Amino acid sequence: MKNIQVLGSGCAKCIKTAEIISETAQALSIDVNVIKETNPEVIMGYGVMSTPAVVIDEKLIHSGSVPQVSQVKEWLERE
Amino acid sequence: MLGIFSDFASWFTYTILELSPETKLGDAVHFFIEDVSKIFVLLLFMIYVIALMRASLNVETVRDYLARKHRGVGYLMGSSFGAITPFCSCSSIPIFLGFTSAGIPVGITMAFLITSPLINEVAVLLLMSLLGWKFTVLYVVIGMAVGILGGLFLDAIKAERWLQSFAAKALERGQSQTQEPSNSVLKPKKLSIKERHQFAKTESFEIFGRVWKWVIVGVGLGAALHGFVPDGWIQEHLGDGQWWSVPAAVLLGIPLYSNATGVIPVMESLIVNGLPIGTTLAFCMSTVAASFPEFILLKQVMQWKLLATLFALLLVAFTLVGWLFNFFTPFL
Repeated sequence: MKNIQVLGSGCAKCIKTAEIISETAQALSIDVNVIKETNPEVIMGYGVMSTPAVVIDEKLIHSGSVPQVSQVKEWLERE
Repeated sequence: MLGIFSDFASWFTYTILELSPETKLGDAVHFFIEDVSKIFVLLLFMIYVIALMRASLNVETVRDYLARKHRGVGYLMGSSFGAITPFCSCSSIPIFLGFTSAGIPVGITMAFLITSPLINEVAVLLLMSLLGWKFTVLYVVIGMAVGILGGLFLDAIKAERWLQSFAAKALERGQSQTQEPSNSVLKPKKLSIKERHQFAKTESFEIFGRVWKWVIVGVGLGAALHGFVPDGWIQEHLGDGQWWSVPAAVLLGIPLYSNATGVIPVMESLIVNGLPIGTTLAFCMSTVAASFPEFILLKQVMQWKLLATLFALLLVAFTLVGWLFNFFTPFL
């Protein structure tokens, strides 16, 4: 199972990002655990300045925009 | 060139809606349609053009640049970048922390964050088309001055004492390490023309989608003022000579939370109706830059003392701007 964190202050774009990831994972029947991380200290820890950002299994892979569905598919199907 | 919008509004108001140009209602509707159509077309077109040019500019690049700069020019650069760098207001906390952990002094970071809501391409565009270039230059210069002087002041009083402790520690770490910040995992890459076009297209639709309702509200209020507040009423009651009207305008602007896009059409009507320029500027800057939602967010990284200082600083700054301008208007 992949642990996915969506980093951001809880604005509309971050909620959208989390939704897209959950929906895409469901469509691909991949087991994921999506958490919205709003703690600024944690966000700083990943060196992120533009939110929403996406962290999969502790690794930062995206920052600054709502990702495209095709991007999300690629992340989920990796490895 | 901009005359076509006036012609369009005349045709729509007087021919289609059959309103008389002599009535208050006809006047207000004409004003509304002319301004909304003009602003919408300009916005879509200009945001696209500007976005094409700045597609490769992002906050990470700005941070790395500011971190290497000498403190003296830092305030000016911080404020300038605040004016041109696009970012969503929900990113202001991560940006604050990102700058801070790169060792950038709090004052320079705040010069960036104070200037940012006051000046952006949409605001400049609206000012140019509604109030002319002289007023636009004035507005930009003042907006940057407030950011720069605010930043200098915050560093002079050692504002970093009043950060939340994790932010203060991050600042200390950032200032003690001398190498380049190494956490730029997602390196900005060179953009092809196609990628720039894609970015600009997304950007124009996104910004337009966010601001169009503000334009309607702002111009609607402006139209109401234009058509229904009796000529001379504002001039008579809030015109020159009442020193208290400036701080009153600033206080009134605090609970009103809007972005520059919504406020600028209102500014036009206020000025046309005879509100002094300084009072108008003070009111609008306070509406845009001093807002409670923003301050509640900043609480996550600042202690109350710093928040209160910042708030007071902005209020004093906008009041001074108002007084100075009212005083100097006759000489302009």
